[in-house]
Amino acid sequence: MLDYLLFGALPYVALAVFLIGSIYRYMKKGFQVSSLSSQFLEGRQLFFGSQFFHWGIIMLFFGHLIGFLVPSAVMAWNGSPVRLLILEFSAFGFAISAFIGLLLLIKRRATTKRIQMVSNHMDYLVYFVLFVQIASGILMAYYGRWGSNWFASVMTPYLRSVFAFNPNIDLIAQLSTSNAMALLMVKTHIASAFLIIGIIPFTRFVHFLVAPIDYIWRKYQLVIWNWDNKEIRNSRNYFPGKSRDFKNN
Amino acid sequence: MNIRSQISMVFHLDKCIGCHTCSVACKNIWTDRKGAEYMWWNNVETKPGTGYPTKWEDQEIYQGGWVKNGDTVSLKGAGKLKGLKNIFHNPNMPVLDDYYEPWAYRYQDLFDAPEGDDQPIGRAVSLITGEPMEIKAGPNWDDDLSGTPDYARQDVNFKHLSQAEQEAMFQLEKMTFHYLPRICNHCLNPACVGSCPSGALYKRGEDGVVLINQERCRAWRMCVTACPYKKSYYNWNTGKSEKCVLCYPRLESAQAPACMHSCVGRIRYLGVMLYDADQIHQVASCDESQIVDRHLDIYLDPNDPAVIKAAKANGIADSTIKAAQNSPVYKFVKEWKIALPLHPEFRTLPNLFYVPPLLPAMASVSADGVYDTVSEHLLAGVEKLRVPIRYLSSLFTAGNDQKVIDVFKKLHAVRVSRRDTTVKDVTEKQLNTVMNEAGMDVHTANAIFRLTSLATFEERFVIPAAHREEAIEMLENTGDYKGSTGFGFKEKPARGL
Repeated sequence: MLDYLLFGALPYVALAVFLIGSIYRYMKKGFQVSSLSSQFLEGRQLFFGSQFFHWGIIMLFFGHLIGFLVPSAVMAWNGSPVRLLILEFSAFGFAISAFIGLLLLIKRRATTKRIQMVSNHMDYLVYFVLFVQIASGILMAYYGRWGSNWFASVMTPYLRSVFAFNPNIDLIAQLSTSNAMALLMVKTHIASAFLIIGIIPFTRFVHFLVAPIDYIWRKYQLVIWNWDNKEIRNSRNYFPGKSRDFKNN
Repeated sequence: MNIRSQISMVFHLDKCIGCHTCSVACKNIWTDRKGAEYMWWNNVETKPGTGYPTKWEDQEIYQGGWVKNGDTVSLKGAGKLKGLKNIFHNPNMPVLDDYYEPWAYRYQDLFDAPEGDDQPIGRAVSLITGEPMEIKAGPNWDDDLSGTPDYARQDVNFKHLSQAEQEAMFQLEKMTFHYLPRICNHCLNPACVGSCPSGALYKRGEDGVVLINQERCRAWRMCVTACPYKKSYYNWNTGKSEKCVLCYPRLESAQAPACMHSCVGRIRYLGVMLYDADQIHQVASCDESQIVDRHLDIYLDPNDPAVIKAAKANGIADSTIKAAQNSPVYKFVKEWKIALPLHPEFRTLPNLFYVPPLLPAMASVSADGVYDTVSEHLLAGVEKLRVPIRYLSSLFTAGNDQKVIDVFKKLHAVRVSRRDTTVKDVTEKQLNTVMNEAGMDVHTANAIFRLTSLATFEERFVIPAAHREEAIEMLENTGDYKGSTGFGFKEKPARGL
């Protein structure tokens, strides 16, 4: 029953809340979409915490994404034991990096008076779920080896069944059956992952949705006209409005 | 030719008395809020001094502005690669302690303290943590004429001066200072705009005001680093950056910005300049020795029929062109050439120009301790000045001493010419020598004198209204919006969860 709730229902609740909530917040509360940097108040401790955490978590995110999108390629790569070890050790390294970063960030927020002034309950909730998420991932990797293999072979089919609106909960039980601890960690990891997705719109997690990718191809300078000077002065149209193509230069 | 109009400014440093009325006017209107207490969009600092934030001019520390990179320019400490690489932690960003920790006093304690043998005190408390604090710095804690090791002697511009020159500046008889009021320069090549990963910063096409869209700002903080003048500030409470808006709601209705309107010394001038936007990139990436000349060349003569024609073709309103023709900024910068940009080597092409201060430079001291202010030789030898020209050229001309001397000769000629008119103790030979050296005629000298000393409010601020009333008709059906609220969004400026 619990499995059904966590792996059959929670994913849909989380994804629905994520989609509707994020769009609502972006459209209606645009001012509140921010990375809420606190470097201005404390920069020194932030350096190690933020760098370790972010680079670790980004690599892990893309690792999971690749396992989800192209599981066959991951399996093929893991065909040779050396390559499997390389993948597992680097993934474990990024997890440790993210975990150490997170601990440093928690310590920073808990011990710096200035930072506490800009912290709210949601910031601590974010730390809590991230702690559970990363710690369960690390323990799972320790107790149930070669996660990259069974992620590609079992987890990806489960996730795909979720997106196909036909969640195959039985697959969860097949994960790391050899070890009870590993199974518990896997379940925690999956459930807290969906929890994280669900709370994105209500926490500072939103900032990753507005990661400034378009900066890469944007022109450096940006000039915006509130109105089209030529159109105003030379209007041949009594009601020239409605066409707002000129907004960007 | 792609002509745009730009609201530009001149600050006359000889007239600044350092009263901070401008700062307070700005603070009361714009930054008297939680998260913005430490911000002074307008600040006045003492030179020599370290400024606000401390040593903002030192780009080895803060990595602001543009650097020449072959035929183009690139951001020194931000940009696509460096900016995105440092997005999780920006190593060059000034933090609170580089500005100062804002505070208030517990005034109520003065009233509530129980009767006792000692005086009650109102302790200083931090406006960030609310806890009692030791005040270590303030936004204007420069020192006038004392040369303490913490402030005047730490001036970044001293790196161009020899040790002997620096020591000379702090000798009791020669010691001097001037004030430097600063606001956002609303640059033609703004580094803040170029550095913003979200594209929240932009330059307004109509009047060149540089703004931050508060709804698009995501607190990546790159603008704080990239602005070499440190005029973009991070609001720690809302998680958004903010900057001087040049009081654009006032400008649009042809009123002077609050800092300028309230200026007691009447040092500030504001007007329209027409410039060729096609040249911006070329000028910003020119050789450093040419940067001042090329910068000033980008502004066009508003009385030139070809310029007027091109401006009209670009949709610039007749009222704006007329304002450009009467612009006091054009007179100071282009006609008389006595106003210079601050730190042009940052390559942002600032639109705020300063008339460098002659008063602290002149008045050499004779052997018997008398200040000599009218000597015909005053500017004959640079070594006689109380301030090394190097110091001022480091501020205003990217190290070109001659340009500062040229301005000083003109300013001096105006004074000698006026003395001839009023006191009448200047010999004709003296007058002619000074006027010839400066390339000045009496008519121009009188015009400079008039705009410097006697100008009315309307002469100092020539601002065309923004024609919003026409613009709104093409943006919206005005009937639909009749009776609705004014500018801006109505969301409470609180941080998100």
